[in-house]
Amino acid sequence: MSTRQFGQRVLRTEDPRLLRGEALFIDDLSFPDMLHVAIVRSMHAHARLLRVDVAGVRAHPGVTAVYTADDLGALMKPGPVLVPPPPIPGSTFNARTQTPLAKGKLRFVGEPIAVIVASSRYVAEDAAELVVVDADPIDAVVDLDAALAPNAPLVHDDLPSNMAAHVAQRRGDYAKARESAARVIQRRFRYDRGAAAAIENRGVIANWDARTSELTVWDTTQAPIPVRNALASSFSLSESQVRVIAPYIGGGFGPKIMFYPEELLIPWIAMQLGRPIKWIEDRSENFVGTTQEREQIHDAEIAVDKDGRILGIRDSFLHDTGAYDPYGLTVPINAQCTLLGPYEVPAYESEFTVVFTNKTIVTPVRGAGRQHGVFVMERLLDFAAKELGLTAVEIRRRNYIPPNAFPYNYEILYQDMAPLTYDSGNYQPALEQAIKLVEYDRFVEEQPKLRAEGRHLGIGVVSYVEGTGIGPYEGARVRVDPNGSVTLATGVGTQGQGHFTSFAQIVADQLGLAPTDVRVVTGDTREMHWGTGTFASRGAVVAGSATHAAAMRVREKVVRLASELFEAAPDDIVLDGGRAYVRGSPSRAISLGELAQKANPLRGAVRPGTEPGLEATSYFGPERGSTANGVHAMVVEVDPETANVRILRYVVAHDCGNVINPLIVEGQIHGGVALGIGNAFYEKLSYDGNGQLTSASFMDYLLPTALEVPPIETVHIETPSPLNPLGMKGVGEAGAIPVAAAFAQAVENALARPGFEILEIPLSPSRLYELLEAARQEPRAR
Amino acid sequence: MPNIKVQVNSKEYTREVEPRLLLSDFLRHELGLTGTHVGCEHGVCGACTVLLGGEAVRSCLMLAVQVDGQELTTVEGLAGADGTLHPIQAAFREAHGLQCGFCTPGILMTLVPFLREHPSPNEDDIRHALSGNLCRCTGYHNIVAAARLAAEKMTSSKSA
Repeated sequence: MSTRQFGQRVLRTEDPRLLRGEALFIDDLSFPDMLHVAIVRSMHAHARLLRVDVAGVRAHPGVTAVYTADDLGALMKPGPVLVPPPPIPGSTFNARTQTPLAKGKLRFVGEPIAVIVASSRYVAEDAAELVVVDADPIDAVVDLDAALAPNAPLVHDDLPSNMAAHVAQRRGDYAKARESAARVIQRRFRYDRGAAAAIENRGVIANWDARTSELTVWDTTQAPIPVRNALASSFSLSESQVRVIAPYIGGGFGPKIMFYPEELLIPWIAMQLGRPIKWIEDRSENFVGTTQEREQIHDAEIAVDKDGRILGIRDSFLHDTGAYDPYGLTVPINAQCTLLGPYEVPAYESEFTVVFTNKTIVTPVRGAGRQHGVFVMERLLDFAAKELGLTAVEIRRRNYIPPNAFPYNYEILYQDMAPLTYDSGNYQPALEQAIKLVEYDRFVEEQPKLRAEGRHLGIGVVSYVEGTGIGPYEGARVRVDPNGSVTLATGVGTQGQGHFTSFAQIVADQLGLAPTDVRVVTGDTREMHWGTGTFASRGAVVAGSATHAAAMRVREKVVRLASELFEAAPDDIVLDGGRAYVRGSPSRAISLGELAQKANPLRGAVRPGTEPGLEATSYFGPERGSTANGVHAMVVEVDPETANVRILRYVVAHDCGNVINPLIVEGQIHGGVALGIGNAFYEKLSYDGNGQLTSASFMDYLLPTALEVPPIETVHIETPSPLNPLGMKGVGEAGAIPVAAAFAQAVENALARPGFEILEIPLSPSRLYELLEAARQEPRAR
Repeated sequence: MPNIKVQVNSKEYTREVEPRLLLSDFLRHELGLTGTHVGCEHGVCGACTVLLGGEAVRSCLMLAVQVDGQELTTVEGLAGADGTLHPIQAAFREAHGLQCGFCTPGILMTLVPFLREHPSPNEDDIRHALSGNLCRCTGYHNIVAAARLAAEKMTSSKSA
């Protein structure tokens, strides 16, 4: 038998194509007769839209068409709520979604107003300059606290306030827990995220074939099947008349899960004009037109006993959703639930208010609100440890859910609408491994010496959990072709996660093949009709499990057929190297291709009930998500004069259950950590009082480079999930989640100044300098 | 419209181009060499890096008319005619130096002249050389490892 591929550091099968520049990304596609689109977007954060004059555009040479809201007819209705809010008793949710083009009112900078179709993008952009937008500005709703003030301007005039939602969840009796506490620690935290900033922007290309009545759309989406469903429904077509293809995608990180106005408009225009239409977002558009994650303000308190054990937590927070809330409550619920982390929290009272503002829409970005919650919890633990004279490591050790307590039910609802229940876990080993790898004890010993030398080094150690691999389900189809090639099709899109390889490993194990023998098709609705998409670190867990199930069924078919041919017991059939044979007789083998031919006779009779071919389609839907966890540790050096921070060591001990491919998992963690470092110290979406984004370029919005991201040391711990047959948990977002919490602890630890606390993210050298100055002037004030 | 004549990956092209046409758009959409990617169009991300006369340049910051009469190499020019990966490409695969692969062509084209000038770079040299290329997937960890591996591959094949 060949070596088991699951768990091996298999080199990626998709790489040669990507490395040679041959992989098809959306902007690489071109059709004869194709027209190009430029979109006129709002320059105002908040304004009455009085008139859109496109007369000058129509006369411009090279322009084929121009559309405003008035031209869209039945298309002009609010978009779908993509994720309905979980049924939490007593919660309020005011759904407000955008129309494809703005009408009557402009609610954020970047909101689409008009679409210009021309012979080239250059001509379309020339013509965009000729559109006259007559708008009457209104005061913009920018600040979260001010948004809820009684006389605040309203983002949506038909609502009584800018409250988009309110949700409260509780476990146990916090008031009682507070009474018996040795210490109660209260703080206000501000946690701001940022742009996903995938290096590839979004894009849509659509072609309507009137002869076959078929619409084909190429889309940089993480969710091709839901996009197909939405288009079919919008255009009154059957789902089989619409094919959506997510080609190679240059990074997703969350926002490509959204259903954007462009994804509806471009196919609609292709149908109107009967020509292929291409729209490729540019970076300026991406900063305002692609969804982001932004600020939450938490007023939180922790009640602990004298030994540092958590008795309860109370948290009340505001969440900025931007101008609309099409993604429901996913991000704030993630923050609410993930705050609890790997700890036993007997009493929890948490409520949040979602706030409409005149800013770009907020939907998940890698981590999806989990960062916010983890930051609050980890900071509270840090402050509690300080007050009780414990180390940051010790207070965590004392509060972990013990390994025999799983499944552990928190009795509140998670984003997947199921109770927040951790399936499995073993938290302390991750902590011990991380502090061993980062040489925590040695650091603590050396720190005073270094400080005496005038060097300010600090260490941060934090824990987190991540709900991953949530439902509802995904599907996979495995087929052996008569030429012996094996194809796996699954509905999830792929944006660099290595699905082509890890899914091939799963199939290869069942059919006795090498991963390179398996052709993997992802993100083409013609190849897989059913599914939901790539989000919530669920690709490997959910689509991977479906792949495993389909491959097992094909294996059964292969073995049954071979056992009939060889007149041998099924248990004696060996599949190896693309052939089947009876154990001990490898010289008398039959190839998978020949078996596939025999499984599809073109004449004669088959046994009633026989399915043709060596093919199977399977679906997998977990009862709930599986919970991954980990510990991050970092050592920083701070220059107190410039407030610059250098990360000297970065260690990740993580547990994502059984690992399909360690190479890929480590890569996912590295990338997540880099994104977290950007969030902690470099990236900031700066909005001014008028709701203008003042950091809308890579010169102002700073992505970390190879100089800011240190080498990242990883160690795997494997606690298999009982919720899927391969014991997997997701890992896609893990790296990004606890970085800012570790950063804050490490920087505080490096400076050790009385009164100096980090209660906000992102920092920057200048912001850190301000905080240090404030602490110096008023060491005890807070 | 002006006519330009260029040599790209050892092949000659003559095209009539608008004076304002970006070099990146010219390569991608006029010549069909879509391996060069465009990420920001303001010269920060480095995805569009190509070689002009052997040196790395950002094709989104140049106009096609500026390269009239000159010689360019794009990522399509790295592998052998039979598809054999260039040692830098092979190192990226072995070290898992790419994920979505969108920034990768620009990073490869940055490393070609860098490793030519610095055949045995240390980690710091590599990180400085890469600091003009943004990658959102890898955290650079394995890109740095791939660059080091590529340097080893190329020096050992030279000394062999």
